[in-house]
Amino acid sequence: MPTTPSSQSDEKIPFHQRKAAKVDRLAELMGDRGDDGHGAGIWREAFARMRRSPMAITGAVIVAVFIVVALFSPLIAPYSPTSQAWGNEVFPNRNEFVGPRGENWLGLDHLGRDMFSRMVIGARQTLMVGVVATLVGFLFGALLGGTAGACSVLGGRWGRQVDNVVMRVIDMMLALPTLLLAVTVAALVGPSLTTVMLAVGIAQIPIFARLLRGAMISQGNREYVLAAQAMGVRKRKIALTHILPNSMGPVIVQSTLTLATAIIDAAALSYLGLGNPDANFPEWGTMLSEAQRFLSSAPSLAVYPALGIIITALGFTLLGESLREALDPKLRK
Amino acid sequence: MSSSTPLLAVDELSVAFHRRGAGETRAVDGVSFTLEEGRVTGLVGESGCGKSVTSLALMGLLPDRGVEVGGSAVMRLPEGEVDLLRLSRRRLRDLRGSQLAMIFQDPLSSLNPVVPIGRQVTEILKRHRGMRGSAARKEAADLLYRVGIPDPTRRLNEYPHQLSGGMRQRALIAMAVACKPRLMIADEPTTALDVTIQAQILELLKDLVTEEGTALLMITHDLGVVAGLCDDINVLYAGRAVETAPRRPLFADPTHPYTVGLLGSVPRLDAPRGEPLTPVRGSVNDNIAWTDGCAFAPRCDHYTMECLQGPPPLVRTGDGTHIHRCVNPIDHADVVDQTVLESPAVVGEDEEERE
Repeated sequence: MPTTPSSQSDEKIPFHQRKAAKVDRLAELMGDRGDDGHGAGIWREAFARMRRSPMAITGAVIVAVFIVVALFSPLIAPYSPTSQAWGNEVFPNRNEFVGPRGENWLGLDHLGRDMFSRMVIGARQTLMVGVVATLVGFLFGALLGGTAGACSVLGGRWGRQVDNVVMRVIDMMLALPTLLLAVTVAALVGPSLTTVMLAVGIAQIPIFARLLRGAMISQGNREYVLAAQAMGVRKRKIALTHILPNSMGPVIVQSTLTLATAIIDAAALSYLGLGNPDANFPEWGTMLSEAQRFLSSAPSLAVYPALGIIITALGFTLLGESLREALDPKLRK
Repeated sequence: MSSSTPLLAVDELSVAFHRRGAGETRAVDGVSFTLEEGRVTGLVGESGCGKSVTSLALMGLLPDRGVEVGGSAVMRLPEGEVDLLRLSRRRLRDLRGSQLAMIFQDPLSSLNPVVPIGRQVTEILKRHRGMRGSAARKEAADLLYRVGIPDPTRRLNEYPHQLSGGMRQRALIAMAVACKPRLMIADEPTTALDVTIQAQILELLKDLVTEEGTALLMITHDLGVVAGLCDDINVLYAGRAVETAPRRPLFADPTHPYTVGLLGSVPRLDAPRGEPLTPVRGSVNDNIAWTDGCAFAPRCDHYTMECLQGPPPLVRTGDGTHIHRCVNPIDHADVVDQTVLESPAVVGEDEEERE
């Protein structure tokens, strides 16, 4: 604030050398913080916040257990999911169901198959459906939304037209209820695991597309975009290197949340009989629909897969929600 | 002032926005000024008088739809004179960053939050100076060092939110001066900063102008900044320049009632306790169209019927120091004294009075 007397005295020294001396002193005074040499970035900060949140930890533990079980399911499952080794112990032969016991931790199903093994193998199917469906939705949704968003930001007659066309297509997809869309796809291609994955994935495309486009347009109005333009950077380059990375946050959060929805949707489709008919690959939704017939005599057959679905979906939702909160600048403390 | 052609001659610049159903809004309505190398020219006025729109128009950053830009802005370049308002997009983009640079108001929102500082500085070096890899990084570190950022190599890896407000503005200035532009536009560069940092940033800008011979167009509403930094001042009102003068005459003998009002409304530390501020009454919305008369008339204490007889012309005052747009100029008023020039916000005494 006070006037600087230096400007008259050392007129001959170029100012950056003068500055240099000042700067060195300043650095000395400030001392080296040294603790983290590299920039932390918002993602690292978000993870640091999540480590302190019980919600995030719960979600992460559930998801981790689920993934480990799914990945190593053939090693974990004690029996083959299709072996009817205890077939003579169940329903048609003896008029009762076998509950949990030493041999079979979760009891037997109506065909005398080991429930625990089927649940474990089913976890793998469920994870695969969830991940692939989310990937399909993410990739195509981001592609469409990114195109529309970039075109809208670039402006010009062409840009606005492309944006318009893409978004109207997305609107049409969005107008169909998720499940109906999935059922339609499944009906067109025929029941199989691929069908379920595709159907659930396609249903997610419009959500991802709209999210990314919206984020890109709002980022496009930010001042740093203007600042980059003022430095002569091409708008196309700004869209790719500045706007797109800034818009990915909500999309990534959405994909963790979509994993949960995809698992539920996939279970629903399997339940409706559109899933994989192959008994070698039990799926929680299929198991649920089979168990329906024995709901009054053996409710546990329905409870296990239902709990599986609920807990996994909860895990992904908790993780996704806390990630969203950790990234939300308004909630940062 | 030099007698040769100026670096940038803005003549009758006008910007009108067209909105569907709302008719047109004339944000800038015939503004003329010149910029010289090594001099700081100020555009002063209250919110909504067209300061920022003027700068965006010069940079070619106004939206392409619904905007009509008139007048001319002739810039002297090594390869000849060009009119910035009529350049092709490609030419203008090549000039931006290399010959023209702009510093924005809010340093945090002007930096990309997810990209490290280093990449943002090297981006402009890659774009205009064709530098790559480690050479670009080294130059970026040098630039940060020159604008007074300690430990620049480490700062290159940091993100904007890890820097303080003053340092962010320094980083933006580093980017602006990266290609030694001939013309720099600073749009209220100190508004988002606290007073001590303001003074440092202003001193840095002043040094850059003196060292590099850059022309600086300073857009501000802060008369302290103007008094400390600007050599020539243009006071804008409702999209037109109402008074143009070098710094000393403007502060010593303001002739336009609006300028007088602005200077009178600066808060003083030495004013008696409890004395109310004397603001310019009314708001910028209380104006009339320039075509009907002086837009400032409704807020003016000195207006007569003559003020409403069409737009007042720009005239040079008797002693030749001021150019103003007023039919009832204030005759060397003693309303304002020298204290604004001596206020604490003034950076660096003017040791050399240029003629």
